[in-house]
Amino acid sequence: MISPAPVIEPALAIRGLVKCFNRPAVDGLELTVRRGEFYTLLGPNGAGKTTTLRMVAGLLRPDAGTILIHGIDALAEPVAAKGCVAWISDEPMIYDKLTPLEYLEFVAGLWGIDAGVAQARAHELIGWLGLGAHATQYCEGLSKGTRQKVALAGALVHDPSLIILDEPLTGLDAGSARQVKGVLRERVAQGGTVIMTTHILEVAERMADRIGVIAAGRLIAQGTLAELRDQAGRGATSLEDTFLALVAEQAAAA
Amino acid sequence: MSHPGTLVWFARHESRLAWRDWLAMMTAGGRWRTRSVAIICLIVLVSMHLLALSVVGRYADISEPDKATLVTITGCALMSWSLMVSQALEAVTRAFYTRADLDLILSSPVAARKIFSVRMATMALSITGMAVLLAAPAINVLALRGGSHWLAAYGAVVGLGTSAAAVALALAVAMFRTIGPKRTRLIAQIVAAVIGAAFVIGVQIAAILSADTRLTSTLVSRFALLSSDAALAVAPDIDSVVWWPARAILGDPGALAGGLAAGLVVLIAAIVLFARNFAEHVIVATGAAQAAPQRARAAHTFRQMPPKRMLRRKEWLLLRRDPWLISQTLMQLLYLAPPALLLWRGFGNRSEAATLIVPVLVMAAGQLAGGLAWLAISGEDAPDLIATAPIKANQIVQAKIEAVLGAIVLAFSPFVLALALVSTWPAFIAAIGVLTAAAAATTIQLWFRAQARRSHFRRRQTSSRIATIAEALSSIAWAATAGLAAADSLLALVPGTIGLIILGCTRKLSPRGAAAA
Repeated sequence: MISPAPVIEPALAIRGLVKCFNRPAVDGLELTVRRGEFYTLLGPNGAGKTTTLRMVAGLLRPDAGTILIHGIDALAEPVAAKGCVAWISDEPMIYDKLTPLEYLEFVAGLWGIDAGVAQARAHELIGWLGLGAHATQYCEGLSKGTRQKVALAGALVHDPSLIILDEPLTGLDAGSARQVKGVLRERVAQGGTVIMTTHILEVAERMADRIGVIAAGRLIAQGTLAELRDQAGRGATSLEDTFLALVAEQAAAA
Repeated sequence: MSHPGTLVWFARHESRLAWRDWLAMMTAGGRWRTRSVAIICLIVLVSMHLLALSVVGRYADISEPDKATLVTITGCALMSWSLMVSQALEAVTRAFYTRADLDLILSSPVAARKIFSVRMATMALSITGMAVLLAAPAINVLALRGGSHWLAAYGAVVGLGTSAAAVALALAVAMFRTIGPKRTRLIAQIVAAVIGAAFVIGVQIAAILSADTRLTSTLVSRFALLSSDAALAVAPDIDSVVWWPARAILGDPGALAGGLAAGLVVLIAAIVLFARNFAEHVIVATGAAQAAPQRARAAHTFRQMPPKRMLRRKEWLLLRRDPWLISQTLMQLLYLAPPALLLWRGFGNRSEAATLIVPVLVMAAGQLAGGLAWLAISGEDAPDLIATAPIKANQIVQAKIEAVLGAIVLAFSPFVLALALVSTWPAFIAAIGVLTAAAAATTIQLWFRAQARRSHFRRRQTSSRIATIAEALSSIAWAATAGLAAADSLLALVPGTIGLIILGCTRKLSPRGAAAA
């Protein structure tokens, strides 16, 4: 007898998500991100990208809709859902008076990671991200790029299966940006899922498996770069052309 | 219209910024609050005048002051002056280390000396203005009841304010040059707080140490020592120059002109002398902040502990590592020095001294807990990290409350234990009172929690005036409750009930209470 194939839950499934701040910021959003995928969310300023991701990370409560993270209802079981998610914003969330190593110990403790495992992983991440020289130095003296790398190490130290990043490359120099991108690609290669918002279209073009375009709180297009080009029409050759064409089309329809 | 780059132009720029800053501080950014603020200011003004009437009204008839009067007025003036120096020193230190628009100013093709001259003058003006504002009710009441000669006190206050600003400038620059930019930031804050408290605490300590038991038992009357026979015996003769400030306050034209002129001259001299090098000091201060980052111990072994304990540990570690915050929060413990001394003095006879210090302990605990609770709850530098961690929200709050109460227990245990050695009942009441006041202050901070940077600690009061006032009133109520309970008085129920009513009203007024309603 052939047993039925196991159902693989997507890394993230959003259904009918709504959030209003005076006006709808997210308006009935539907979005599915598969496991092991690098998904980039694009959209003009105020499109609802950050609001959406903050709701997924548990930082905002939606007005309506459901969020499933690896099949776990993030609104009904927030603690279980948060256990497999890491959130990084454009402003590094670190403490000035802790060293990177102490910060990683703290984050690992919050996620309940075994101290021995966390320590080994922390040292590995410190080396991987080139933070060795700063490991025992208070974070207050670190540059923006180094602080962002510390935050990234914090996000990875508890080995999350879903990493959500909101404009993580803002303010980073070319070298740091490349390092961060390398780490994220490596995570995806190992089976992790990455969802990232960015205004740097080149990054989305090069790194994303799939790209979602969001405008006025709704997903207006989604797919690989080639699929998006087809959707945008003949004139669109680069992602920039495609993105602008899709957003203009949506604005005209509205 | 003033020409760009001139002193007048800078002065206009600074005054506009200062006005907007003040307005934002008073209205917390809400335009609709302007009318409410005006009404509150009016109420405060009237209340201050009524208070002044009850406190200083009876001194209005002084015409020919005797030595005791001169000593008392000089004492009050000295206390005010020390507070002005303290405030001015804080303002000057802030000017050294706050970046704000300094990058723009220092990179512009205008003489930095001009802008710093204006800033120093503005600082002196704000210190003097605040002193005039605070002294106004007393002066007005005295003038109304005793005659217009009392209005000369305004001039005396201006003289005191300008001289205090000049002394603060000289002190800050001297510290910068002697102990260096890195240490000055912390030391200047501590010195400012110590100067501010020194006179009040000094008088209390002197009173306690004196053999006069009348003074010891009337600790509440801080200036009793000034009118004591011992103080009058060592004070200079009545025609001494030492009494010029007091005479200026009383309306002596010569003393007033001399004091006013002396204040202005030293201030102008300080500005001219220090403004030139101020830009260099500011640049050095920036360099000091960026150079040689601090390091923790190199070998670091991760420790296994539950998330709640990890959160508590983080709070204590951050607090321990920030000497500026420690100095800001623990400075309130300075006021415990006199009661501690009183306790030590009263150890032998087990007098009512133990009962006297209970309310002081409780009051200090409430105030300290309020500051610590703000740091732990609102001053969280990584709120997103904590909010996205797989921990229940109530566990996070619990951990933060435990961190605050733990610090309070640590700070106050020695005092309570020492008290227990003298008398157990006041010690028991003190312990309960300290915990109650700390819990009440922490609860108020929880109701009014907001997201802020730890570095904004100094301005925490401006984020919610209601929380600040409620915190102070609650601490006073619990202090009174504990004081009366320690004295075995059933009247303790009255302030206790008031304390609960304050908490109830605060809850209603809090954003969370309003949302629940």
